[in-house]
Amino acid sequence: MFHYTLRRLMFAVPTLFVISFIIFALLDLAPNDPTGNLPLTIPPEVREQIRMSLGLGEPFHIRYLKWLQQFFIAEPLNFIEQAFGIEIGNSAERVRIRSWATRSPVVDLIVERMPQTLWVVGMSYVVGILIALPVGIISAYRQYSWFDQIGTFVSMVGFSVPTFFTGVVLIVVFSVYLGWFPSIYDTTHRVTGWDSFWVQVRQMILPVMVLALYNAAQLSRFVRASMLDNLNQDYVRTARAKGMKERVVLLVHVLRNSLIPVVTVIALGIPTIFSGAIITEQIFRVNGLGQLLIIAIQGADIPLVQTLTFIFAVLIILCNLIADILYGILDPRIRYD
Amino acid sequence: MIDQVSVAPEKVIPPAPGSPVAAEPRKQSTLTADVWRQFRQHKGGVMGAIVFLTIIFLVVFGPYIHGVDPSALNVRERNAGISLAHPMGTDNLGRDTFAQILAGGRTSLSVGVTAMLLSLFVGTTIGVLAGYFKKLEGPLMRLTDLFLALPLLPLLLVIIMLFRDTLRRSFGPETGIFMLIVFVIGITSWMQTARIVRGAVLSVKEQEFVLAAKSIGTRERRIITRHILPNVLSPIMVSATLGIATAIITESALSFLGLGFPSDFPTWGRLLFDGVNFMQINPSRVIWPGLAISLTVLSVNYIGDGIRDALDPRIRGR
Repeated sequence: MFHYTLRRLMFAVPTLFVISFIIFALLDLAPNDPTGNLPLTIPPEVREQIRMSLGLGEPFHIRYLKWLQQFFIAEPLNFIEQAFGIEIGNSAERVRIRSWATRSPVVDLIVERMPQTLWVVGMSYVVGILIALPVGIISAYRQYSWFDQIGTFVSMVGFSVPTFFTGVVLIVVFSVYLGWFPSIYDTTHRVTGWDSFWVQVRQMILPVMVLALYNAAQLSRFVRASMLDNLNQDYVRTARAKGMKERVVLLVHVLRNSLIPVVTVIALGIPTIFSGAIITEQIFRVNGLGQLLIIAIQGADIPLVQTLTFIFAVLIILCNLIADILYGILDPRIRYD
Repeated sequence: MIDQVSVAPEKVIPPAPGSPVAAEPRKQSTLTADVWRQFRQHKGGVMGAIVFLTIIFLVVFGPYIHGVDPSALNVRERNAGISLAHPMGTDNLGRDTFAQILAGGRTSLSVGVTAMLLSLFVGTTIGVLAGYFKKLEGPLMRLTDLFLALPLLPLLLVIIMLFRDTLRRSFGPETGIFMLIVFVIGITSWMQTARIVRGAVLSVKEQEFVLAAKSIGTRERRIITRHILPNVLSPIMVSATLGIATAIITESALSFLGLGFPSDFPTWGRLLFDGVNFMQINPSRVIWPGLAISLTVLSVNYIGDGIRDALDPRIRGR
């Protein structure tokens, strides 16, 4: 297992560096001038000084290495310092990645936005899994029954209809016509008691449902296929022949084995859901990471975009790694290839 | 997928092997005919094909039948409901929604098809090369893994933001953005195709007819084009249909985030994006474009499902 994990890591780390280079180079080599939006009355010398102060005076490779140093050394150290209230080295002079638009450290902006995204995305993923599991199990157990037929159709519709359309339709139906839920997510809302908790639940229902339905549609098909693979195996017949109750056969023997690939798919899906959240956050005006990215892109705030995109990349690679390792733990056959 | 169990319509009693009379009543069945017969049994696939062809027909010939200029303003009839003159109503400037949907469909579908062709070309080339040449397999598959690990939606947004103005200047607003979007979608969606094609090539490569072709001195290029490619056509076709669906969704998502086509150049995603602000006054402005996207993608996905089942020899044999 150790060797297997090590092998996976050996691939993940270089990938991470290559991707960081791609992201940095792409944004850096693009025809774009950070002083382009400033008034034309600013003389060229001052313009050049502004460019220098933004750190654009140095050659490409130096800036890339500095960015890496900031991202992998300076920012984690700051994070540890803040979390434990200690000081490591000379933290006042440590250079941080700063946003061009707000001049505040990029990581602080991200930390500010993180909880909203995590709440909405995390909840929707959990709800999606909770819907997908029973639907997938019943569909597989009663293959070609009316439940399965309807389930197949609904999940086909579920992942064909883009989230920006489901979101808008839900708003039209539930907040414009019925008026049950608010259409805008209020992030300044604080939960203090049962009343405000209820308000929080009500404003979360729509964005969470949009993402949850989309996830459930994909996952339930996967659970179904995986259950079907296992239902015809010999060990199922053996379990039945031993006189096991049908419930035990299905929910213990078959389900456990079918969940092996499902678990990895769930891990692999986490990054996709974050990029799905970009769109959902835009519809419901949740000021999370996705919205921050859109604002940064529209404002050509290169350091913020670089860092956010790279964080998405780190997330993907991390989830791939977790999926690989989980698969190795759950299915010993995988380790020896 | 649903009705594989149903009995084949013209089930002839299988003749005893080797009997001379047997070959007579049944026509020589080709692969295409077999696949077509199987596809017709897939209800979802047939429905999908009908819906998709209808949409294409409407989008291509619709503007000649419903001859309203999609950008013609008519402020007196703004936010009108459904009527004979305006089958889908009008928007806040009195533009005819149906005409806009038809015009938008042309762009959305052509972006979808062109981007699919590009990604298919890249994916097939990489897949065939990686499957056929042992030396290239390692690097090309690492490249595929690398692309799979990229955060695609953020990168797409970034690329469009950065290169939009340059391309607009050199190719004009419409062509420039069209090329950019097609290129960007095509270049970021070839990975699944490459993986599937490589797998198929690896298994076809080991078969005897390839060995036979090699032994009579056929050149590598000819082996690939004449012997390998036709035999891996089925996975390519499936990923082609699914590719159209993803490309259409990606294009609408980009337009929806305000980073796609400019608003005087309607696509379905752009119409939806413009309609969101008027959602409370005139919900039909978001329903129609959304419905168009969803219906197209759904029908394409069903076609893909049908083709996959029809090309699967394990199912077709029944």
